[in-house]
Amino acid sequence: MAIALEYEYFKPRALDEAVALKARFGEKGRFLAGGTDLVNNLNDESCRPQAVIDLKGIETLKRLEMTSRGLFLGPLVTFSDLIDSRTVKSRYPLLWESAREVASTGIRNRATVAGNICSCVPCMDSAPPLVAYRATVLIRGPEGEREIPAAEFFRGPRKTALKAGELLAGLLLPRPPKHGAAFLKQKRYRGEDLAQSNLAVLALEGKKYRVVFGSVGPTPIEAMKIEKLLEGKALTAGLAAAARKLVRKEIAPIDDLRSSREYRFIMAEVMLERGLQAAAARLKGKGPAYGTPLV
Amino acid sequence: MKKTITLTLNGETRAVDVEPNDILLDVVRDKLGVKSPKYGCGRGDCGSCTVIMDGRTVRSCLILAIEADGAEIVTVEGLCRDGLTPLQESFLKHNSFQCGYCAPGMTLSATELLERKASPSREEVQEAIAGNLCRCTGYTAIIDAILETAGK
Repeated sequence: MAIALEYEYFKPRALDEAVALKARFGEKGRFLAGGTDLVNNLNDESCRPQAVIDLKGIETLKRLEMTSRGLFLGPLVTFSDLIDSRTVKSRYPLLWESAREVASTGIRNRATVAGNICSCVPCMDSAPPLVAYRATVLIRGPEGEREIPAAEFFRGPRKTALKAGELLAGLLLPRPPKHGAAFLKQKRYRGEDLAQSNLAVLALEGKKYRVVFGSVGPTPIEAMKIEKLLEGKALTAGLAAAARKLVRKEIAPIDDLRSSREYRFIMAEVMLERGLQAAAARLKGKGPAYGTPLV
Repeated sequence: MKKTITLTLNGETRAVDVEPNDILLDVVRDKLGVKSPKYGCGRGDCGSCTVIMDGRTVRSCLILAIEADGAEIVTVEGLCRDGLTPLQESFLKHNSFQCGYCAPGMTLSATELLERKASPSREEVQEAIAGNLCRCTGYTAIIDAILETAGK
């Protein structure tokens, strides 16, 4: 079914050209990467641009590589690129596990990490791992470049820190300390579904943890109270039970068509315990192999 | 504003005029006459519009035709120009499909899997076709057929 809206299509060959086009059209210009969200939005007219600016003509935006500042992900890097990357699997296993949970192969071959976080729907699977890895969002605009921490990028459902003329020019994930990781995604059924809730856990040496919940609040939630409780302590059954009790103080789920609020609370507790155990075991080279479903 | 795009469709170079708001699926079916990709959900969930674009399966309902300028696209028609593939033979043997609406997409997704992984596990087969919905046969006969092809 053809899209009813009319707009101009641009395919710039250079980043400067893309930024200039965006500056020219402002809110009426939309960047196109994988298109798996944008084309749906054009179909249902939830976005009505005058210009669609396709970034796929800009080769440098496809980069996925280790740099002096850590892993660089260009805005055209797809979820399949992450899954196929040995670097991502070995050095950023939390990101690798999360990429495998996004939609289906045919979507992952096209959908980008950058697009996922620019759409900024609360159930996005990329956000919790990016927050847990302390990623930096690189932004290009008419006034030049700026950088913000991933945690500050998410401002609300479908609302990011990007201003009208700006482009998400890349993501930088600093080299993480030695860690074990676990990404958990609760869905209505096995197979392709959006998250009812998701969770990113990193276990670091010295009994430190990073715990970031997704799809249980308007934006990803780093569970600081839980992290503080766990720090420096052996992960016993008693400590895990105490951590579970804090879940209701950390997250703010809603009722929607995928899950009730109460079910999200209960599953977030279950996921926390399993995620902590798996990440702690993986830190020691034990536990289930990366990619093994934990819920 | 119309633009002429050129793409390779099932090994043939084709040129076609498209508007910026034309969807690739519609152009492949209605302007280029290749009918195996189907309109199902129109939003990337069901997989019946699957085509292989530059070597990977994609949802042709979520791609603007103008994005496919210069691309290489393969559909089921292109897969079996020299007769049915072993995978298709296996689907026939297992009676994997009833109405057939999902079959082209299912075939392409399974083809991509087998090209990337010669001996997938049952779980890997399930994951590979998780984005291709079948409402007739309940998947078991589809999965068995893919596994049997891989086992040969």
